Amino acid sequence: MVTTTRTAPLPSLASVYRTRAVVELKEFSRQREAVVFTLLFPVLLLLVFGAILDYDIGGTVGVSIGFVQYFLAGVTAAGILGASLQNMAISIATERSDGTLKGLAGTPMPRHAYFVGKVAQVLAVTVAIIAVLLLVGVAFYDVEPPRGRDWLTFAWVAGLGAAACTLLGIAISSLAKNGRSASATVTPIALVLQFISGVFFQFSQVPEWLQTVAAIFPLKWMAQGLRAVFLPDQLAAVEPAGTWELGRVALVLAAWCVVGLVLCVLTFRWQDR
Amino acid sequence: MCGPEGRDVMGDWLPVTSTTAAHRGVRPHPGEPLDPDAAISVRGLVKRYGAATAVDGLDLDIRRGEIFALLGPNGAGKTTTVEICEGYRNRDAGEVRVLGEDPASAGRRWKAQLGIVLQSGAGDSQLTVRELVRAQASYYPDARDADEVLELVGLTEKARARGRTLSGGQRRRLDVALGIVGRPALLFLDEPTTGFDPEARRQFWSLIRSLRDDLGTTMLLTTHYLDEAEALADRVGVIARGRLAEVAVPSALGGRGSAPAVVTWREDGVRRERATATPTALVRELAERFGGEVPELAVARPTLEDVYLRMIGKRPEAADDAGARDEREDPAW
Repeated sequence: MVTTTRTAPLPSLASVYRTRAVVELKEFSRQREAVVFTLLFPVLLLLVFGAILDYDIGGTVGVSIGFVQYFLAGVTAAGILGASLQNMAISIATERSDGTLKGLAGTPMPRHAYFVGKVAQVLAVTVAIIAVLLLVGVAFYDVEPPRGRDWLTFAWVAGLGAAACTLLGIAISSLAKNGRSASATVTPIALVLQFISGVFFQFSQVPEWLQTVAAIFPLKWMAQGLRAVFLPDQLAAVEPAGTWELGRVALVLAAWCVVGLVLCVLTFRWQDR
Repeated sequence: MCGPEGRDVMGDWLPVTSTTAAHRGVRPHPGEPLDPDAAISVRGLVKRYGAATAVDGLDLDIRRGEIFALLGPNGAGKTTTVEICEGYRNRDAGEVRVLGEDPASAGRRWKAQLGIVLQSGAGDSQLTVRELVRAQASYYPDARDADEVLELVGLTEKARARGRTLSGGQRRRLDVALGIVGRPALLFLDEPTTGFDPEARRQFWSLIRSLRDDLGTTMLLTTHYLDEAEALADRVGVIARGRLAEVAVPSALGGRGSAPAVVTWREDGVRRERATATPTALVRELAERFGGEVPELAVARPTLEDVYLRMIGKRPEAADDAGARDEREDPAW
């Protein structure tokens, strides 16, 4: 009995990754709360804000730019934060407290495959949210889609931001007792960050000391990087540094990736304490 | 000596071909070498949590193909011992071999031979029962067909239901399906029937027996239900205060088989009771005295529960043997 199982080869990594990716996509897409909260809420915000706040923000630098164009950058950054940090913190805390993680750790599944599945889920949800926000923006509010090299900037800001926030979300999941407490902790923090990071208001209107606080966290840099994508270069003059600071955006987000990874390695648990 | 389902418990004893502790049916002695043929062999296992010692020099052998039930009160070190064998926890001292490997360093190939049914269960999944079993199967080298496994655990009708919509008993069966789909040589079952109604428990028991009888699966079962241990287990081990207090077939645990029987009857309007090593002789004597039927006659041996409660409550150490024997002769027990 034992000898026969010994001779059969373990399943390939590719097939285990495929299983995990499919499992994670089904788990997300079938959970109504997750879909509404992560995918539809940012779209709703865009629709409502777009309908109310349609003033021009380009006056001081001599161009005509509606606030929706500015808000689309911010709400996209917030959407990525939801798809990665909030989603990971809540879903992993839930799976840890209900025994899913412990069960997986008792199978011959290579443990890193669990994270491969989560990354696939974050990627899929992030791409979906960006696509829907862009479509709604273009269709209803005459938002100008990015052009040429802006797409490249869009891709690396979104990718690096999602990576940093995914790692932080995984790390935060270990602090929470269960999914509900993770949600109760992370949601208000995310909301505060959104207010001070230039999502709902122009970042230049945020008091300077709060700007400094926001600059510690990744969301501010994600929003700033995405503004470089969605806004004309004249508006860079309104930014705190007078430029888009794309080099610094990359540096801060990469630093958060490193911090998040170290925290994950130090704190990740496969079962409740 | 028959189990509740009529299976002769003693008849399942393997012929004594080896002198290892597992084959003698007794607890291994401290210092005895690990049994290389056993499914699980543990010597001098110690696990501490801070200042508290959860497992304190435990010795255990579980042979291949048997159902072994581990009994013990909460906090006796049961779950810790099992989780060390499963590879979930590290030990502080002692030696452990599970299917020939040390769980602390064994890899994926080793895990592929285990099935683990946790107390916590499979969680609140949005996946269907069949999807969950298929996903689990894809982690193993030689998995069973998912639909076959669902048939085996009686969940075929629920194959398309989402995991989170199952009732307690159905969830437990799903947990077992997930535990056996990888074709394990060794299956861990942690309190598998908690929350079952009697009917569901009977069904579950016959499933567990068929896994052993038809598929040769070795099983380590922990349970709080003594009737479950008696119905299922080939051998029972009682853990008390971090040590294995005794190992025996259920019918012989704590000297049950040879313990004095208690004969009760009614005579002159009062209830009489006598403990005796020769109940047959006493009954014959009574029958002669009454010249036929003896009013309210009953002959009882200590139940597994009587023995178990005494072991965990008053007899944690072998050194108390003498005291326990005195107690057994007390007709009041």
